[in-house]
Amino acid sequence: MNNPVLNVKAVEKDFGGIRALDDVDLVVHNKEIVALIGPNGAGKTTFFNCITGIYTPTGGDVLIDPTAEGNPRRINGKKPNVVTELGMARTFQNIRLFPSMTALENVMIGTHCRTKSAVWGAISRNKATRREEQAVIDRSYELLKLVGLEKYVNDLATNMPYGKQRRLEIARALATDPFLLLLDEPAAGMNPQETLDLERLIVDIRDQFSISIMLIEHDMKMVMSMSDRIYVLDYGRMIADGTPREIAENPAVIKAYLGESDD
Amino acid sequence: MEYFLELFFGGLTRGSIYALIALGYTMVYGIIELINFAHGEIYMIGAFTGLIVAGVLTALGFPEASTLVIALMCAVIWAAAYGYTVEKVAYKPLRGAQRLSPLISAIGMSIFLQNYVMLSQTSDFLPFPELIPQFGFMERFGSTMSSSEMVIVVSTILVCIGLTLFIKFTKLGKAMRATAQNRKMAMLVGINVDMVISATFVIGSSLAAVGGVLIASHIGQINYFIGFIAGIKAFTAAVLGGIGSIPGAMLGALVLGLTEAFATGYVSSDYEDVFAFCLLVLILIFRPAGIMGKEKTQKV
Amino acid sequence: MVQFFLTAGCDSVGHAVRKSLLAAAWFVFLTFPLMVIKVNTIENTVVWRWENMGYVAVSIFLGSFVWRWLLARKELKEDNANEETSAEKLLTKVQSHPVLKYSALAVVALLAGLYPQVFDLYQTNIMISCLVYIVLGLGLNIVVGLAGLLDLGYVAFYAVGAYAYALCNMHWDIGFWYMLPVGGVLGTILGVMLGFPVLRLRGDYLAIVTLGFGEIIRLILENWGDVTMGPSGISNIDRPALFGVKLGITDSTIYMYYIMIGLLVFTIFCVNRLQNSRIGRAWLALREDEIACQAMGIDKVKTKLLAFALGASWAGMAGVVFAAKTTFINPASFTFWESAIILSIVVIGGMGSIRGVIAGAIILILVPEYLRDFAEFRMLLFGAIMVLVMVFRPQGLISAKRKIYKYNDTNTAGAANE
Repeated sequence: MNNPVLNVKAVEKDFGGIRALDDVDLVVHNKEIVALIGPNGAGKTTFFNCITGIYTPTGGDVLIDPTAEGNPRRINGKKPNVVTELGMARTFQNIRLFPSMTALENVMIGTHCRTKSAVWGAISRNKATRREEQAVIDRSYELLKLVGLEKYVNDLATNMPYGKQRRLEIARALATDPFLLLLDEPAAGMNPQETLDLERLIVDIRDQFSISIMLIEHDMKMVMSMSDRIYVLDYGRMIADGTPREIAENPAVIKAYLGESDD
Repeated sequence: MEYFLELFFGGLTRGSIYALIALGYTMVYGIIELINFAHGEIYMIGAFTGLIVAGVLTALGFPEASTLVIALMCAVIWAAAYGYTVEKVAYKPLRGAQRLSPLISAIGMSIFLQNYVMLSQTSDFLPFPELIPQFGFMERFGSTMSSSEMVIVVSTILVCIGLTLFIKFTKLGKAMRATAQNRKMAMLVGINVDMVISATFVIGSSLAAVGGVLIASHIGQINYFIGFIAGIKAFTAAVLGGIGSIPGAMLGALVLGLTEAFATGYVSSDYEDVFAFCLLVLILIFRPAGIMGKEKTQKV
Repeated sequence: MVQFFLTAGCDSVGHAVRKSLLAAAWFVFLTFPLMVIKVNTIENTVVWRWENMGYVAVSIFLGSFVWRWLLARKELKEDNANEETSAEKLLTKVQSHPVLKYSALAVVALLAGLYPQVFDLYQTNIMISCLVYIVLGLGLNIVVGLAGLLDLGYVAFYAVGAYAYALCNMHWDIGFWYMLPVGGVLGTILGVMLGFPVLRLRGDYLAIVTLGFGEIIRLILENWGDVTMGPSGISNIDRPALFGVKLGITDSTIYMYYIMIGLLVFTIFCVNRLQNSRIGRAWLALREDEIACQAMGIDKVKTKLLAFALGASWAGMAGVVFAAKTTFINPASFTFWESAIILSIVVIGGMGSIRGVIAGAIILILVPEYLRDFAEFRMLLFGAIMVLVMVFRPQGLISAKRKIYKYNDTNTAGAANE
């Protein structure tokens, strides 16, 4: 547990004259569930975008160490697909599935960077390609089953209920074989029962795949009960971090949330 | 030196026309993020309407100067009507559709309008009457700058100033800027977005029609195909300046017009159109945001 | 039904009629100068064609009912947007039944095989054109339909293939069969050369750059007279020889027909396999959502480049065939209109759907050939149909269907990871 798998140091992000992230530090250890909370507009999604390569941070370092062996590598400015290949996969706040592809295909896309059949393989459909293809299909189906979507295998993503789409995004991200799974408001729009099921699923994923999970979430009940540690972002600054209990008692956090939420 | 000046004023004239068309592209793009492929066709329709009205008036024996004014007015009215209708028919039903759909619809519209004019009028070149009067005081410039070139450049400058003031100070102009920045928010604060979009098409089309009539009168002939090349070049100008930016479109058009004039004057006139396309490709590769455009961060 | 048709989108029949009258009046005004007046500026005469005003009024009045009805129907169907048309249902039914499927295929194969025996040379020639367009459509379908890259300069690659064969044949007497793969390779190379810098651009910029590129190629062909023979073009290009034997016109046309059938089968085979492969899925994902696609580990530029280059290679091959078929080429064959026709085949037929593209090409190429009286209206109709299809049926005539994969249910979720 000593070496962090993700180590973010003093990250900054400017948009024009506005500083969206200011001197943000954050650490995720192996097999940890870390929550990132904060009021709307605090810069949480911007932070995700910065560490996954969708934005390039203006300053600071994003270091990853997938095996937690103490030889971190800087990934600032790497393209999103490279970051995913290196083992950080994410979901999106406003669901971004591939709407006219089936649930299974959506998950199969996730395996893209772990497989390699190319044009010649596709046309000749040789043995290696067929084997790879079948493995991809089976693995994707298993992931669908894991998130409880076996009923929707061949349904188009766009036709699935909202809550199921969020689960599908998780399965798709898992298919990329990440060491760190980043979930952007996974419980948004879910009812209490669905949220509870999701919480169980996330813990399950962590245990079964032995990976770390970081999530942005507004549902405080869920955050408090499942996170190992919590970071609080406000106006682009990290104002607190600690265990759920510490955070709940932190005056700065209470102040930031005053009137924002009464969870 | 005289040759240089001749090319320079020629380039300025070209640039003016490109500016008048490019403004329509840039305004529409600023508001609905669509390359209005049919915009070049609106310019062509403007020129044709001008020609038809001028033809009728000449046959009725009107004097040249009033013919120009009436032809210009009619061209503006009809081009605006076409712009408005095109938006209602081909783009409005597609709001919120996949990004490719309105683009394809725009190409379809462009093809349709070209062939509509070809079939309803002619596929041959039509001689366009010389409507712009020859001013006596321009004669001392000889071949460096003609009266019609002067008229084109001056009217373009006036139109650009007018448009800038309009966008800056009128209520509709402000609504346009607000809609361009954030359509949803504009809607929430009570701006009639549909109306703003229609107004953008109407204004853009009117400007293109002014350009169409002026250049047709300057060059002396038109056919149904002129909108295609002019459209691409004006688009190039808009991109060059930074698409979505109104001063950018003016600047881009100027740069493109001068580049073309000097390139055809000093290098080769066979490849006139190639220069514009090469310029377009180069800008898009090296500075996609254009001269005055801002790099846009994509919202995730 | 009639009631719904009449009042779609309106409160009552009276309202609907008023709306239609208004629309008719508006279009009469709109089309007045262009449709009614025709001037001759040299002789200062004016021709008034008042009858056109009547045509416009009546057709817009009736058309506006159809327009509103289609709009209302589209809104009703918004919830079940993927509903199949009866034609699609029939196709699905035939495909899902192995006996029906193979017998249908056999019938198609038989018809295709016997075509030049049954019909005369003229018909066969038309059919060859149609086949060339199907291949072009399927090639462009990779770029536009699967990868979602709007390429408006597709004809440039077609031109390069055609000129490559024409020039090599003229100067060095190189035969068709050598040049067919070379044309494909040239298309690919050019596709990569153009694609590499421009594919990082946003989608709508790509459209205009490719359009510009297509025009550049055409202008070069027209102006670089020393090499390309300029606007007069290159004639006396060899038809393909059968085992080194040069054939007469009739035989070589029939031969050409079978070559095209072969190329088409090869194309369908490749495109079908590609679209259901890892690469094909990546293309689709890229078309649906670029950001999510990258976030899933797909290299955007590389994947796009692949689609672009592969699409171009088919255009290159089709170009070689075109040159060999017509034995004469000039730049006029490679204008933007060609690109527009190929694009309409893909769009109207159904983006991403092989059957759609085939149906699109047959309708758009064969039907106008037989309706010669309407030939001049062809592009007008293409344009109008493109708009209408986008507005009312964006998925095209025959929409693409996703493959159903067979999976093994092993009851060991997550096991693959351990």
